[in-house]
Amino acid sequence: MSVCISRSESSLAQRLVVLTQAGLPLVEDPWAWLAGELELSVESTLDLLKRLQAEGAIRRIAAVPNHYRLGYCHNGMTVWDVRDTDMPRLGALLGAQPFVSHCYRRPRRPGWRYNLFAMVHGRSREEIDSYREHLRYLLGDACAADDMLVSSRILKKTGLRLSPAAR
Amino acid sequence: MDLDLLSRQLIDRFQHGMPLCAEPYLEMARVLSCSEAQVLACLQRLELAGALSRVGPVFEHSRAGASTLAALAVPAERLHQVAERVSQYPEVNHNYGREHHYNLWFVLTGPDRRHIERVLEELERDTGLAPLDLPMLTAYRIDLGFALGENP
Repeated sequence: MSVCISRSESSLAQRLVVLTQAGLPLVEDPWAWLAGELELSVESTLDLLKRLQAEGAIRRIAAVPNHYRLGYCHNGMTVWDVRDTDMPRLGALLGAQPFVSHCYRRPRRPGWRYNLFAMVHGRSREEIDSYREHLRYLLGDACAADDMLVSSRILKKTGLRLSPAAR
Repeated sequence: MDLDLLSRQLIDRFQHGMPLCAEPYLEMARVLSCSEAQVLACLQRLELAGALSRVGPVFEHSRAGASTLAALAVPAERLHQVAERVSQYPEVNHNYGREHHYNLWFVLTGPDRRHIERVLEELERDTGLAPLDLPMLTAYRIDLGFALGENP
């Protein structure tokens, strides 16, 4: 997965992905289960997870909710046209808001002027409208134009999956 | 789904990260001042209700290759057909209808940038629609979850 880890560890990491990408079993010691599957000690398994996280192959190890099922079924892709020179400051500002899940800089294109994207989520249309207003207030004059693209429906959503055969 | 207090605390506290130690639920129970059995029962209940996607590592797949956010402006009467065509690609893992002139938005992931460009060219040839190609330039926040906020 990276130049930082050895070849044998890379194949171990691949097995770890296949074993855990759909979630750990809900048992008292899930790491002991994983260690057993990987034929490692619990200590080595935890070390491997920590290394993969430290070098960025794992984003987080967490209890990942399904926000849609929790009632957060409204999402809005807010898009902003800000000066390129202001981008580092403004990107960091929007990305730090607790109701923003993703915040990215993307290129402008002919017919597409927006260069800063922030995804917001809420339980109602009013809630995401209020988040957009708040972002607009934060940006103030630094933003020349903005829009919010509300999702009308999810047509496909699958996490990336590696099959065991893909090793 | 209505959340009880423990479920809400569990998600707000541990959606960004959970203890990386033996018997992690015991440690989570200590933080939440409840029992390990209550934490496990709560997670099982959330999972059964579909409110828990999973417990475990979230992998950074984008490092493995290239990806982009793409969009098409599809005439309303063709939206269903074009959306199906787009979703057929294994390279597409998210595909959303959105209320805008550009009304179909999808994420393309592939082994390298050239692969992504070939898929976009093929889609343009097949549909006669020119895709917007908006690869990420800088990430200021990458899907670390978001706060559930006040007032359940």
